[in-house]
This record gives sequence, structure tokens and C-alpha cells, in this order.
Amino acid sequence: MNILVCISNVPDTTSKINFKDNNTIFDTQGVQFIINPNDEFGLTRAIWLQQKLGAKVTVVTVGDSSCEPILRKCLAIGADQAIRIDVKPQDGFQVASCLASLCEKTKYDLIITGRESIDYNGGMVGGILATILKIPYLANCIQLELDGSNLNLQREIDGGKENLTASLPIVIGAQKGLVEEKDLIIPNMRGIMQARQKPLEILSPANTTCFTLVQNFEKPAEKGPVKLVDAEDIDGLIDLLENEAKVL
Amino acid sequence: MAVIVYIESQDGVIKKAGLEVASYGRSIADDQGLKLIGVGFNIKDIQVLELYGLDQLYNIDTQGDSYFDVERYSSNISSIVDKENTSIVIVSASADGRYLGPILSAKIDAAYISNVVELPSKYEPLSVKRSCFTNKAFNETQSEKKLTVISLSSNSFGLKEKLGTMEVLNETYAVSSSSLKVSSLDKASDKVSIADADIVVSGGRGLKGPENWHLIEDLAEVLGAATACSKPVSDMGWRSHSEHVGQTGKPVASNLYIAIGVSGAIQHLAGINSSKVKVVINSDPEAPFFKAADYGIVGDAFEVIPKLTEKLKARKL
Ligand SMILES: Cc1cc2nc3c(=O)[nH]c(=O)nc-3n(C[C@H](O)[C@H](O)[C@H](O)COP(=O)(O)OP(=O)(O)OC[C@H]3O[C@@H](n4cnc5c(N)ncnc54)[C@H](O)[C@@H]3O)c2cc1C
Ligand SMILES: Nc1ncnc2c1ncn2[C@@H]1O[C@H](COP(=O)(O)O)[C@@H](O)[C@H]1O
Repeated sequence: MNILVCISNVPDTTSKINFKDNNTIFDTQGVQFIINPNDEFGLTRAIWLQQKLGAKVTVVTVGDSSCEPILRKCLAIGADQAIRIDVKPQDGFQVASCLASLCEKTKYDLIITGRESIDYNGGMVGGILATILKIPYLANCIQLELDGSNLNLQREIDGGKENLTASLPIVIGAQKGLVEEKDLIIPNMRGIMQARQKPLEILSPANTTCFTLVQNFEKPAEKGPVKLVDAEDIDGLIDLLENEAKVL
Repeated sequence: MAVIVYIESQDGVIKKAGLEVASYGRSIADDQGLKLIGVGFNIKDIQVLELYGLDQLYNIDTQGDSYFDVERYSSNISSIVDKENTSIVIVSASADGRYLGPILSAKIDAAYISNVVELPSKYEPLSVKRSCFTNKAFNETQSEKKLTVISLSSNSFGLKEKLGTMEVLNETYAVSSSSLKVSSLDKASDKVSIADADIVVSGGRGLKGPENWHLIEDLAEVLGAATACSKPVSDMGWRSHSEHVGQTGKPVASNLYIAIGVSGAIQHLAGINSSKVKVVINSDPEAPFFKAADYGIVGDAFEVIPKLTEKLKARKL
């Protein structure tokens, strides 16, 4: 079984977000990059399938050489090989079509993306990729059990869960729930050493067409100071919420 | 030319998210002199949509299949898009809307822009403001295609009525050859979901343990609110992970967000920042949440919540 895990290289969750060049470019100076948290849940699930069924796990990222440290980290976590498609990602369609051409060349039974990346928050690459490949996509995937080539799946929906069945191949959008926080694998020394020997292949993009263009960025307006209400004055708070904020 | 909106419903009843995309679509259609067409499935209360200015509604009967089927829904919408000479398709930011949008856009060769928070600033090419970096920033995004699918952020436009007359049309439910099939649904009974809620009451580690969550639930109940929690609270298993909100959890874009015993870490704030009004109740005046909130009480949750719940109950009577 071949599993492909799509990895997005994103700013650490504590990062302060700033822009440069007249607010047209994200300023990466001083920003630490990490594996997109949703993708890390997906990668962990893939490693479990590797351990249980001997599945081969490939990680792929669409990005320039600055993404290599996180690919090495994925290898240290346990992925068998890594691929970098050498182009700066600018739009979800561009990323999805680069990934699609990889999947047309090599047959993957299970393709794992994250629910969304925490930088541009497109929430789009998985669905578009699956549609290009003409295979199903399951968003917000919180359970994946494999029985031969049949799958039992769960999707988180607003106010509940949906149970589904499918057969391979499929693309899923991973998120917390697929595995839990405590299940995440912290690379050990041996993993880190082995990662250095594992293959990291660099491919040229097949297609770099974008469907959208980001023109500029803006930060939310500074908000005014909090209005403090005395703990004894609950009526005062209710009054403000009702008559000033008008939310009750 | 037409604007198409996907009208979401549940058990035949149109959801608020459906009315919000209709309101937003009407505004665009008026700006551009276009026709506004809704596409819905098994809607029973169709007359409501006349209040939101739909010109036409395709109300597709799924022959007793009550589950959301992304493959069949997107096929149906895509054939209506082709038939109607469409320039913009709008879906909501609900779990289903965000699932549908990218798949639909790939089928109809459209650009896809999610997390949209305003009306387009210009057309041809279409350009619109969206939030990014989990609400830590916005960007202006331009579509490079003639056709664009927009996913509208919850509560970013609101409901705007505009009375009109609407023609109801039919269409056969699309077929699907996908192996993916819904077998059943586990709905968390009659509780308000975070995505649908106008008000969200959220508890953090300051609540000390799961046994104290009746305080949060009672307050949520008088407010008709959904309940939420911080990440450590769901990691420790005090609450289900479906309540985890923040950068790595569910996004919240409610009108009112009440955070109790939540410190206001950057990852928590990122996910709830697009809520309109934020209230914090925390015993530590230095808690970072006070910098992000509109209203705050420095006090002990165990004293403040019961009083607040009582007062709100009394006010309702
Ligand atoms: C990769 C990553 C992703 C993350 N994603 C998220 C996310 O999506 N969502 C999220 O929430 N967190 C996230 N976090 C965690 C985040 O950094 C914080 O640790 C977390 O939000 C803190 O939760 P808390 O406020 O409940 O707990 P604490 O930080 O422990 O705060 C508890 C608060 O309760 C107050 N308190 C204590 N007793 C009382 C009382 N009796 N009455 C009133 N107040 C009281 C305290 O003053 C304190 O401010 C993430 C962290 C990482 C590393
Ligand atoms: N540059 C990229 N390279 C590889 N995979 C990506 C990239 N960007 C996004 N993805 C995948 O697509 C998912 C959804 O991303 P997005 O549509 O950007 O929110 C991510 O969680 C990744 O799995």
C-alpha cells in the first residue's frame, strides 16, 4: 500500500504575523516554520498504517528549498521518502495541480491532506486534488479504519459526526480526532540519524498556473481597551451587552 | 448572467447560513444587475426565500436520501452553473459549505476564494477581502478566472431582507459513481452547534475540572448558546474535541463570545477573533484575554457564572 501525505510548511502557531514591501509579502523574518498541525495528525495516522500493514509512506511538499527542514522532520518521524516540488506555492489550485501530476505518475492508494493549512486557510487543496484525480474526498476526517481496500470513515459536521464507507483510492482532509495530540510522534535521535539517509527527491512543477492572485495584506484594526465591569455589578454587564453591544 | 447561491437546509428547514449567502448574493446581483438563483435540496419552507430576494430556486428532490452527498450536490450545482451563464457561486462557511466549495470549483473550472468577509471591492476581475493566518490578518484576493466560487465567512454579512417574487424550478437529482457513501449520522441531539450559534460560551482550564461544566452549560442554556472549550480542556478529555476552538480547533465567528477561565493564548484568540463582541471572565487581571476582549470581569468564575446565569434567567421571565 502506498500512502502520500501532503505537507504544508506554515508559521509556528505563536508567530506574530507581519508583512513587508508595502504589505504585499508575508515577512518570514524571525518566523519559525512547522509542519501544518492538521498534516501532522494525518502523518501520524499514516505511520500507524506503515507499522501495522507495512504501507509505504511518502511525504510531499510544494515549495522552495526553505521547506526542506520540515520534510526532514517528517522523515525523522518515520516517513520512508520525501518529495519536494520546486515552486513557490501561490494558490491552492496551483498546489493541487502540482500534486495531481505527481499522483498521475505514481499510484497512491491513500492520499492524506490536512483539513486546512493554518497560513492561507484555503481549506481547498484536498478537495480540488481529489476532483482532478476523479476520486472521492472526505473533508474533516476524524476516523479512518481500513479493512482490505474498504474504509470506514467519519466526518466531523456542525453539531455531530457522519459515518461513511468508501473504497480506495481516496483523498482525506485530516484533523485532530484522526489521532489525538498525545499520539503525535516526537522524533528520537535514531529517527533523526536515519532521516539523513532517506531519499528526498526534488521535482520540477508540471504546471504553475494560478487561479487567484493575492494583491495585498492587512492587519485587523487595533481594538480599543476592554471595558471592565465590577464582579459585583452583573446587571451592569448585562446592560452593556444589551444596550451598547446589542448582542442579547 | 447569474449569481448562484447554495441554500443549505436541515430536515427541510433553511439554515441561517443559507439565508446569509442569499442576502450576500442579492447584494452582488443588485450591484451587477444579475439574476439571483438559489440551489437547494429538499427545502420545505421555500417561501422564506422570497424575503431574501431570490429570483429563482432550484429545489431538488433527493428521493428520500436525507444525507449531504458532496458528489451529487456538486454535480447538480455544476450543471445549473453551466446552464445559467454564471459568474459567481456562493457557499457558506459551514462544514458542508467548505466541503462543497473546492470540489465544485474544480468541476466548473472556477477560482475558489474562502473565508470571504466583505462584498467584492471590484468586479472583472473580481477582487474580495478574505481572512488568512487564522484571523491574524486579511488579504485582498483577485480571481484570475471568469467564474469564481466564494465561501462566505459566518456572520460577516448578516441577514438583509429584500422582498421579491421567486420562481421555483425542478431538476433531477444527479447520479454518482463515487465509492464514498454516508451510512449514518450521530447528531449531538438538540444542542446548538458552534457553527450555527449566535452566542458561544467557552470554558478553559480555569474551570478546574469536568465536574464544574454544568456552570458553563447552564449559562449557555439561558442564552441559547453553544458551548466551547480551550485546547487543553479537550486534550485532557474534560470535554469532547468537537468543542475545541482556536487556531487548531473549530473557528468561531459568533456575535457574542464569552470566555470563562480561558487565559487568551495567541492560538486560542486566533480562532475566535472574528467574533463580534468578546467578553472575558477571569480571576487574573493580567490574563492576555483582557487585551483582546470588549468587556471583562476580573473575578472568580465560580462566583460570577451562577450570578450571571440567575440574572439572565430572571430577565427572560
Ligand atoms: C501548536 C499549538 C496549537 C494550539 N492551538 C490551540 C487552539 O486551537 N485553541 C486553544 O485554546 N489553545 C491552543 N493551544 C494552546 C494554547 O497555547 C494555551 O495553552 C491554551 O489556550 C490555554 O488554555 P486555557 O486558557 O484553558 O488554560 P490556561 O492557560 O491554564 O488558563 C486558565 C485561565 O483560567 C484563569 N482562572 C483560574 N482559575 C479561575 C477562576 N476560579 N475563575 C476565573 N478564572 C480562573 C487563569 O487566570 C488563567 O488565565 C495551542 C498550542 C500549541 C502549541
Ligand atoms: N504547498 C503545499 N505542499 C503540499 N501540500 C500542501 C501545500 N499547501 C497545502 N497542502 C495540503 O493541503 C491541505 C489544505 O491546505 P489549504 O487548502 O492550503 O488550506 C494542507 O493541510 C496540506 O495537506
